[in-house]
Amino acid sequence: MENLPWIFISALLVNNFVLTYFLGLCPFLGVSNSLETSARLGLATTFVMLVTALCAWVLNTYVLIHAPYLRLICFIVVIASTVQFIEMLIKKLSPALFRAMGIFLPLITTNCAILGLAIFATNRGYGFLEGIVYALGAGIGFTLALVLLAGLREESELSDVPRLIKGTAMNLIIAGILSMAFMGFAGLFSST
Amino acid sequence: MKKRDNRNYDELIKGIWRDNPVFVQVLGMCPMLAVTNSAINAIAMGMATFFVLVGSSFLVSSFRNWIPKQVRISCFIIIIATFVTVADYTLLALVPKVHKELGAFIPLIVANCMILGRQEAFSSRHPVRLAVLDAIGMAGGFLLALFSLGAIREILGDGALFGVNLFGANFEPWVIMILPPGGFLTLGLILLFFNWFKEKKDEFLADVAAAERSGS
Amino acid sequence: MTVGAHTEMPAPSSLRLVLTLAIAGLISGIAIIGIYESTLPTITANKARELREAVFKVLPGVSQMQQLVYRDGELVATEERRKDEQAVYGGYDQQGDFVGYAIPAAGPGFQDTIGLLYGYTPKDKLVVGMEVLESRETPGLGDKIYKDADFVGSFSALSIEPEIVAVKKGSKARPNEIDAITGATISSKAVVRIINETHSEWSERLPRSGSEPPLGETEPAGAGELP
Repeated sequence: MENLPWIFISALLVNNFVLTYFLGLCPFLGVSNSLETSARLGLATTFVMLVTALCAWVLNTYVLIHAPYLRLICFIVVIASTVQFIEMLIKKLSPALFRAMGIFLPLITTNCAILGLAIFATNRGYGFLEGIVYALGAGIGFTLALVLLAGLREESELSDVPRLIKGTAMNLIIAGILSMAFMGFAGLFSST
Repeated sequence: MKKRDNRNYDELIKGIWRDNPVFVQVLGMCPMLAVTNSAINAIAMGMATFFVLVGSSFLVSSFRNWIPKQVRISCFIIIIATFVTVADYTLLALVPKVHKELGAFIPLIVANCMILGRQEAFSSRHPVRLAVLDAIGMAGGFLLALFSLGAIREILGDGALFGVNLFGANFEPWVIMILPPGGFLTLGLILLFFNWFKEKKDEFLADVAAAERSGS
Repeated sequence: MTVGAHTEMPAPSSLRLVLTLAIAGLISGIAIIGIYESTLPTITANKARELREAVFKVLPGVSQMQQLVYRDGELVATEERRKDEQAVYGGYDQQGDFVGYAIPAAGPGFQDTIGLLYGYTPKDKLVVGMEVLESRETPGLGDKIYKDADFVGSFSALSIEPEIVAVKKGSKARPNEIDAITGATISSKAVVRIINETHSEWSERLPRSGSEPPLGETEPAGAGELP
């Protein structure tokens, strides 16, 4: 029903998961002190989102029609298993990468952005293709927001920041300004 | 008797101010900022979270000696998800308009790290009464935090509180406040205020201690 | 009551672990099914009532309605709608005569997707009503698409031939033009575009004027799907 470019751009920029929907704030505020870790976490999250979107579609189409009330529990199980599986995969394929990512992989499990993705996609009735495109847009948008904040934080490490505002307060205010900037993307698809 | 009363009271109160989950521990606001664009939405979400937290704490604490350590997180999540689903359907049936406003954020209560954190850190290690008191306190503090956020954003961004117009027709609402940036900015400024307050308090206590030491 | 960490015990067997999870799952399942079943009638009734109100709003003069699913090349009056099927709602008056269609439509607005329902009478090819069902447009500006009574009212006798056009406020001249909202041009034009696009899809599917499906015997109270 909805066109794919709109779904992608909407999730990436116009209605960014972090800056518009406040999803994924835990890693956003916690992990964004390093540009490199942020990029890695973002990438891993995008991958988990893709897999989750796929599983959610399968579940919704074949299983949950008969038992819609089990949706929440099923999604949680899927997400936890996916993260576990990816952890094992990365450990096997690239131990160096696994060491570099450390604690962040299990953290993805509690990332509300992934559960949010599954729920939003379900509520909007996205099909197979739409779900994939949505997950891509959301994941890249999440990564973008994380990387932007990380970059700004790294810069401000060397600046003379008032003691009171240092820490989460400052990060939130920066995030607020970022969010305002992203509001400028609204109307991107308004060709008449 | 007095000591136990104090303990109970302490558990209850600590969540409201001293260890407020949002403002002090900075926990669990992940999916919550989205619903604080008005006071009534904030309260609805706060009450739903209250129900989930108290219910889960009660069950987790009651069964704490029966749940093996290895599967405890999974059990906690099953319990929490059940309460959230119950809350979701109950809201949908009783107040569909509110449910529509809160939308997909009700199921997201499951991802609220504060609830899982509380089970792991407290409810699974303490008897039922203390666990429930702790939950009530934390949830109360959470509700208070959400309400302050929601009220500030609604008053500044809409000129109203609970839908009741406060300022009359000439008030130019500060619309950004009910939009996402407003959520970030408001929380950031409130945290700033808390930092300032904490610092002043520490200074004051340090002065008092110094005065006592130098022998009043 | 002692306060302490988890009781020390030898590592529990796998059976014990699985059993615990299974019991937890079972109790959880029962609780969830219980709440679902007990709230189902209320939720269904609420949805039906909401749909009914929206349809009656966009089709003045109707007092009965039924769902019309587009299946195998024609409109079928039925409660059941399969996942990939599109549907509209037929509105009928007191006597059971056909009045018009209520057609759901959606598309990108300024901020996010706008969902709406519009009423259409094929006899004179007019749009007779529009109701915004969901929108996330900017408060104070874009949200006027449902808050501005003049804008909503301008959809009450709008010609759909060749298509609706939104023009600068005050310069409406032809029967297929409406005034856009000042300061919310994009949102207004989005509404118009959504209706035009949806209608070009449906105009090929709607039967010839005069041969609409009659009101069925069993009057469904507006079937919908549960979440």
